[in-house]
Amino acid sequence: MAESLVVYWRLAGANIRAQMQYRVSFVIDVTATFLISFLDFLAVLILFHNVPRLAGWSVHEVAFLYGTSAVAFALAELLVGHSEQLALRLRTGTFDVLLARPRGTLYQVAASDLPLRRLGRALQGAVVFVYALAGAHIDWTAGRIAMLVAMVPTGILLFASMWIVALCLLFWTVDGSEFSNAFTYGGQTMTQYPIDIYGQWLRRFLAYLVPTAFVCYFPALYILDKEDPLGLPRIVQFIAPFVALASAVVAGLLWRSAVRHYRGAGG
Amino acid sequence: MIEVDGLRKEFTLRDGRFRRSRRTVEAVRDISFSVEPGELVGYLGPNGAGKSTTVKMLIGILVPTSGHVRVAGLEPSRQRIELARRLGAMFGQRIQLWWDLPLIESFELLRHIYRIPADRYKQSLARFRDVLDLDPFLRTPVRQLSLGQRIRGELTAAMLHEPELLFLDEPTIGLDVVAKQRVRAFLQEINTERGVTVLLTTHDLGDIERLCERLLVIDHGSLIWDGGLSELKQRYSGERTLIVDLEEPAPPLQLDGATVERVDGVRQWLRFRGSAAELTARAAATLPLVDLQVKEPDIEEIVRRIYEAPKP
Repeated sequence: MAESLVVYWRLAGANIRAQMQYRVSFVIDVTATFLISFLDFLAVLILFHNVPRLAGWSVHEVAFLYGTSAVAFALAELLVGHSEQLALRLRTGTFDVLLARPRGTLYQVAASDLPLRRLGRALQGAVVFVYALAGAHIDWTAGRIAMLVAMVPTGILLFASMWIVALCLLFWTVDGSEFSNAFTYGGQTMTQYPIDIYGQWLRRFLAYLVPTAFVCYFPALYILDKEDPLGLPRIVQFIAPFVALASAVVAGLLWRSAVRHYRGAGG
Repeated sequence: MIEVDGLRKEFTLRDGRFRRSRRTVEAVRDISFSVEPGELVGYLGPNGAGKSTTVKMLIGILVPTSGHVRVAGLEPSRQRIELARRLGAMFGQRIQLWWDLPLIESFELLRHIYRIPADRYKQSLARFRDVLDLDPFLRTPVRQLSLGQRIRGELTAAMLHEPELLFLDEPTIGLDVVAKQRVRAFLQEINTERGVTVLLTTHDLGDIERLCERLLVIDHGSLIWDGGLSELKQRYSGERTLIVDLEEPAPPLQLDGATVERVDGVRQWLRFRGSAAELTARAAATLPLVDLQVKEPDIEEIVRRIYEAPKP
């Protein structure tokens, strides 16, 4: 385990050195991502300029959702969001090279990239988060602080699982890196807004089928001390870490079956 | 070292993305052979014959549809990771080096991926630096290497962990004559001096003439030859070619037991069996000859004949 982490760090570090070969491009990338994602949040601010509250949520409360979700998403993407690389490997057959090495394939795919430019987005999320904390009125208790600390790792694990599911789809739709991006980026945009602005059906879908809501929404209800418009038992607000673990297990199993599919059908 | 028995691989192709029409293609049908430790075997076949499918099943990348495979005593599809530690593979154009990094850094990374102890790594690398003359470009990013340099790097990458068995897919493709020689000499050396078993997929018949004592030939998914190079030549080289230069251009010569293959000005190519002296005498009796030569079929010719032979 420890050895695997060391090797991961070496592989990922090698990738960072490779990115630094194109230093100017790297700096431009990070800055651009940072600025572009601010435009994204600007849309939220403009919305709230016209309506003071959206479904009972203030702008700072929404920023809280947005910030935690953006940070978790960006970090998850940094770790496993390598859909372009994987699609390229599948198209060109270099996935075979990974299978010919004495390491797990998901591990190698994860270690094959660490796109630091995505830190630009995490940074933006962090700024929005600070803005949220400054303006939202939170009654800090030990439980709420613990929840806040657990929120980001939980979110990373959940988003990473979604990314892995999206990567798995590539094995069936080899040319489909666009398709799987729609899946993950779409999912993340939803978690940035309070769940009740979506329709009844979609709301159910989100709450039950895609556990995305667990990333931020339910924990946020607890931290911000809000009523759950879905009327779900309070326990739902605490089970996020377990949902994250479960989804990681599901994603792991799906990855295995995707690789089995590849090894059966061949690249 | 390699045991293959009744190996088959079918692929299901879907025509169109959403329609349900499927058909099954047999890429490898019922292949059996075995390779002893220390052999250097050439694996030949036209494009799409099933060569790489076979090799992928030997490495454990693909799972066979049916049949038995044992490589180094392991079952590749189920013991992929264990097997990967003991074999090296180089897949022609599919590069395993890190494109943007200096060559030496790829080796460092592979050292960690394969868990090679530091002292063994040092020794191993020193040898390759010497034999493959890597020093001039060891610190150059891979993307800036020439093809020949890159192939030498790839060979090192495949061999750093000192595997017992090496799979090479087209190792000399696209190389110039000097680079080819160097790679061949290297393969010969690791085979004879270190006893590494090598399975070599190639279209380059020079590789085969120079390196392989034994050949496996596959076509349309079936093994059509398993044996020595010289037997293969004997079997398929019954026919030779007599090349004659006449005094002046003439219509194709009509001679019993010989067929004119080609006419180019005063030169004619006649394919024949049996005695060259006797045929030459008869040709000289028809028209005056200026010059002549007898050509034995080369391996290229033989392989072409095998591929073109009617399938059983």
